[in-house]
Amino acid sequence: MAHIPVPENMPGIRGLMAFRPETAHPLNLLAEQLLQAPSTLSKGERELIATYVSRRNHCKYCASTHGAIAKHLLGDAGTTIESVLGNLQDAAVSDKMKALLTIAGQVQISGKEVTTESVAARKHGSTDIEIHDTVLIAAAFCMFNRYVDGLGTYAPDDQNIYDMIGKQRAQTGYLTPPMPIPLS
Amino acid sequence: MAHIAVQEGLPGITGLLEFRLDSSKPIRELTQILLRGPSTLTEADRELIATYVSFLNECIFCTSAHSATANLLLGNTEIVESVKWNLSQAPISDKLKVLLIIAGKVQRGGKNVTDEDIALARKHGATDIELHDTVLIAALFCLYNRYVDGLASFTPTDSSFYTTLAKRLVERGYVRPEGGYTVYPPEN
Repeated sequence: MAHIPVPENMPGIRGLMAFRPETAHPLNLLAEQLLQAPSTLSKGERELIATYVSRRNHCKYCASTHGAIAKHLLGDAGTTIESVLGNLQDAAVSDKMKALLTIAGQVQISGKEVTTESVAARKHGSTDIEIHDTVLIAAAFCMFNRYVDGLGTYAPDDQNIYDMIGKQRAQTGYLTPPMPIPLS
Repeated sequence: MAHIAVQEGLPGITGLLEFRLDSSKPIRELTQILLRGPSTLTEADRELIATYVSFLNECIFCTSAHSATANLLLGNTEIVESVKWNLSQAPISDKLKVLLIIAGKVQRGGKNVTDEDIALARKHGATDIELHDTVLIAALFCLYNRYVDGLASFTPTDSSFYTTLAKRLVERGYVRPEGGYTVYPPEN
């Protein structure tokens, strides 16, 4: 049970956003800007970063949700995200994405872990904006994950629920109202 | 030197927020609501949460900036120093002490917050919204600290820089000044 009163049919961050709409507004705008707005990184690539960081933070709700969004955006039945969460060095992504995911993993531990060498992601063609956005997406999920788990929210076990959420977010982004989740 | 080409003369978070105005807008808006919006926690209480989390994350820029801001709001330096180095003995209310303990647990990972922590905070009078905002402020500073250090932005060592910054954060909050920021150090 969550540490604060949230609607029963709103797992994860949804309940927290319903509890405090004032802060939900900029949080959703931030997610939309980082993950959906035009970028030289595809939406799918950005969701891989979000999922990778959430998994490393052991945030079940965020990792499952963003994993499902990545799956729908990449249209690959989840094989890419599974390979990233398995062994990053052998993952089915470009060298540039591997370098950016490595930076994201360092940010997940601490900003100070990012070294000049890791930022040599540049040699695989990353731009300053891509490096900036990778660090900020990773940092943002260190916030979202702590928000969701720090308030003890509920994370469903049923993968179909994440799949529904993932499909909606992949298609409509982060500014549309959440669809109702069937109570188990 | 920062890992990306930020504008010179804008240390710490400022250069990063100016580098990408699209993403900085919601971050600033969130910060303004959490640290300056209407709340039963004082602005000083909320700056102490920001300071404590930044201190635990060893982010020198954010710790210096928010320490200076809390000092200015509190009119002393003793409270900030005791919260950082000896929280259990700090001269603050029991409620704020428990909220800071919860913030410290969020810094290490959200799952560290227990039902007992929440029950103790409530016993000392913490409300649902105070608990919510404490967790979200702590989580937000886990974002800021990683953003600032992850891109290796410039951290001034001159304490007068932070005094000036604190004055701005007390007087105008986290809203971007129209036309941007004055560069540091001031041009002669």
